Amino acid sequence: MSAVTPPAVPPVEERDRRDGKVGTVVREIMSGSVVLSIAAILLSFVIGGILIAASDEDVQETAGYFFARPGDMLGAILDAVGGAYGALLRGAVFNPRGDNLGEMLGPISETLVYATPLVAAGLGVAVAFRAGLFNIGGTGQIVAGAAAAGWVGFAVDLPPVLHVIVALVAGILGAAVWAGIVGILKARTGAHEVILTIMLNYIALRLFDYLLTTPVLQQPGTVNPISPPVSGDAMFPSIVGRLHWGFVAMLLAVFAIWWLFAKSNLGFKIRAVGLSPSAARTAGINVGIIYVVTFAIAGGLMGIAGSAQILGTERTLTGGIAGSIGFDAITVALLGRSKPFGVLAAGILFGALRAGSRTMQASEGVPVDIVLVVQSFIVLFLAAPPLVRAIFRLPAPGSRATAILSRSKGAKA
Amino acid sequence: MIRAYRTPIVLGVIALIVIVLFGVIGSEGDSTFRISTSGDFFTVPDFVLPSRGTALVLGIVLLAIAAASALLVRRGGRVRAWVLAVFGVLAVFATLSWAIAGGTLPMTQLLQGSLALAVPLVFGALGGVLSERVGVVNIAIEGQLLAGAFSSAVVASLTGNLYAGLLAAAVAGALVSLVLAVFAITYIVDQVIVGVVLNVLVVGLTSFLHSAVLDSASNSPGRLPQIEIPLLAQIPLLGPLLFEQTLIIYLMFIAVAIVTFALFRTRWGLRLRAVGEHPQAADTVGINVARTRFMGVTLGGALAGLGGAFFTLGSVGAFSQEMTAGQGYIALAALIFGRWNPILATLAALLFGFARNLASVLGIVGSPVPSQFLLMLPYVVTLIAVAGLAGKVRGPAAAGTPYIKG
Repeated sequence: MSAVTPPAVPPVEERDRRDGKVGTVVREIMSGSVVLSIAAILLSFVIGGILIAASDEDVQETAGYFFARPGDMLGAILDAVGGAYGALLRGAVFNPRGDNLGEMLGPISETLVYATPLVAAGLGVAVAFRAGLFNIGGTGQIVAGAAAAGWVGFAVDLPPVLHVIVALVAGILGAAVWAGIVGILKARTGAHEVILTIMLNYIALRLFDYLLTTPVLQQPGTVNPISPPVSGDAMFPSIVGRLHWGFVAMLLAVFAIWWLFAKSNLGFKIRAVGLSPSAARTAGINVGIIYVVTFAIAGGLMGIAGSAQILGTERTLTGGIAGSIGFDAITVALLGRSKPFGVLAAGILFGALRAGSRTMQASEGVPVDIVLVVQSFIVLFLAAPPLVRAIFRLPAPGSRATAILSRSKGAKA
Repeated sequence: MIRAYRTPIVLGVIALIVIVLFGVIGSEGDSTFRISTSGDFFTVPDFVLPSRGTALVLGIVLLAIAAASALLVRRGGRVRAWVLAVFGVLAVFATLSWAIAGGTLPMTQLLQGSLALAVPLVFGALGGVLSERVGVVNIAIEGQLLAGAFSSAVVASLTGNLYAGLLAAAVAGALVSLVLAVFAITYIVDQVIVGVVLNVLVVGLTSFLHSAVLDSASNSPGRLPQIEIPLLAQIPLLGPLLFEQTLIIYLMFIAVAIVTFALFRTRWGLRLRAVGEHPQAADTVGINVARTRFMGVTLGGALAGLGGAFFTLGSVGAFSQEMTAGQGYIALAALIFGRWNPILATLAALLFGFARNLASVLGIVGSPVPSQFLLMLPYVVTLIAVAGLAGKVRGPAAAGTPYIKG
C-alpha cells in the first residue's frame, strides 16, 4: 500500500464536509412532521402484525383451506394479532385483570422503569447529534458508568442519602471520561467517531469482563464474573413498586438538556458546530474543545443510564449490564428527533414496547424480539420520509423538499 | 518533528516491553512448539526453546528493527508495510514463547483454529471493501453475516442441499445490502444510521423467526464435508491448514484473489474505485454513479452473506440467536486496519482470528495473559490505526457522502 498520506490531520474542508453531512441528515430527520412519525409507527406495527400472524400456527392451518372458508383465516389472524397487541398493552399501559387500581396501573410504572435508561441514553446520542457527531459508543459508556457507580455502591462506605448521590456522580463521571477519550481522539487526530466509538465499546466490554474476574469488581468467594451487590443505601429508593428515583434523575437530565440547548451559550456553540464546523471555527469557536465537551456530556448522560441499571434494577454487575441499551438509544434519539422532550416521548414508547413484550411472550408466546423488528422499522421509515409519504399518500411539502435538495447541492458546489 | 518518528518510537517501545517483560522478568522453563500431526507425510520434530532466552534474542532483533526504521526516517524514508509485518510476526512469536513457558503449543491446531475463526471476518471485510470502495459506508456487515447464517441454515435444511444453503446465504447478504443501497443511494439517508438500524433489524427478524418458526426439521442443515486435496494435504503444518478444508474456505481464497484482481487490474475495478474516490469526475466521464454503487454494495453484501454461512454450515451445523456476536464489527475493524485493501484486510482478519484463537488455546494451556486482553487486541490495534498513531489510515474519499447528480 503506497497511498499513505503524510501523518497529518486531514484537510479541514474534508473533515467538515463529512461532519456537515451527518448534520444535514439529522436536521432533515428533525424537521419532519409529527404526522410522519405517527405514520411510521403505525406502519411498523402493521409489519409486526404481519410477522406475528404469519408465524401463528392457527393462521397457517386455516390458510390451508383459505378459499373454502376465508373467514376462518381472517378470524385466526385477528386472534393472533389482537391477542399479541392486547397483551402488549396489558403489559405496558393498563391491566384490566388487576384486583385494584394499583395493580391495574402497575404496567405504567413498569414501562417507566424500562424507559429510564432508554431516555437517558437516547439523550446521550441526541446531544452528540446536535454537534453533528454520531455516538454509537453507548454500550461502552454505559458499562463504564455502571462499573463506576457499582464500585462506589459496594466498595465505599458512606452515610445513606449521600451514598446514592456519590454513586450516581461516579457513574456520570466514569462514562463521561470514557466518552471524552473519543472527543479527544477526534479533536486531535481527526479520526472518525463512528469507528472510535465502536472499537471503544468492545474494549470497554473486554476490560469490564476482565475486571469482573479480579478482586476490583468480583464478589469474594465466587468464581463467577459477578460483583458483590450494591449496598442498600446506594440503591435508588423506590417511588412506587419497581419504579425508582433514577426516573427522577432522568427527568432532571431531560430538563437540563432542554436548558442547555434553549438557553445556554455552550448549547448554542454545540449547535453552531453541528450546523457547520467551518463556519463555527470562523466565528471563533474552538471546534476541538466543543467535540470533547459534547462527548463528555453525551457520556455523562450514558452514565445516568448505566447508574439507573445498576443502582435502580440490577444491583449486581454482570457482563450483560448494558444490554442493548446503547444501540436502542440510537433509535430513541432518531424517533425523538434529537429534541429533549421528543427523546423523552420516544423513550417511553420504546420502554412500553419492552415492558409489554414480556407479557406478550408470557401469555401469547410471541417472542420478545418482535420489538426489535418494530423498533428498527420505525427508524427506517422515519429516516426516509419520501417512502412513508408514498405509502400513505401524504402530501409532499414541495417547497421544503426542494429546499433540502438545493441545500445539499449547494454544499457540494 | 516527533510525528515523523511515531512509528519507530512505537516499535521501540514494543521491543523494550518484549525484552524487559518477557526476557528479563519472564518465567523460566522451555517452550515447546509442536508442528507435526499424525497424518503427515514425514514428521518434523518438536521445537523446544528456552522461554526467556528466546524472548531476549527476539527482543534484541526487534530493537534493531526499530533502530533501523528510525535511521530510515532520519534519511527521509518511510517504514514499509512489510517491515511492520515482519516485526509483528516476531513480536507475536516472542509473546507466544513467553505465554506457553513450560508447556506445549500445538501449532497446527492453533493455526487451523485461527483460520476457521477468520473465515467470516475475511468474507465480511471483503464485502466491506467492495461497498466502501464505491463510497457507501458499510456498518451493516454484522447484519449481512447474520442474515447469511440464518438463511443458509434454513434453506440447506429444507432442501437437504448444503450448496443451496451457500447460495441462499449469498442471496440473503445481498438482500440486506440492497436495503442499505436503496436507503443510502436512492433516499440519501445517512449510511451509518441505515447500517446500525439494519443490524438491529436483522437481529430482531432472525431471533423472532428462530423462536417462533424454526424447529428441528428446519434448522438442522448439517456441516459441509472436508475436501482433502491428495498429497498436498500431507505436508506438515501447511497441509492440514490449506489443503484439508471445506468448500467455503477454498471459496474464500478464490474470493480474495478475484476481488483483488478485479479491483486493481480491470476497467471495472477502476470505475468502481473512481466512483468511491471522486463521483463527480466519474459522472463526468459517463460512469453511472448510482448503478455502480448499487453493484458494489450488493456484491459486497453477497460476499459477506457467504461468510455468514460459515457460522452454520461451516462450523456449528445449526442456527442460533445472534450467533455472529459482533464478528461483523471485527470485520469492519479488519477492513479499516487493512486500509481498504483486500489483501491487507484479509491479513488483518487472519491476525484477528489468530488473536481470538490464541485467547482460547492459552486459556487451556494456562498462561499469564488474561484472555480478555487478547480478545481486545483487534479493537486496540484498529483504534491505534485510525487515530493515526502508526501512520495515517485513509479510506476512499467519497465514502459516506451521497452523490446528488446535478
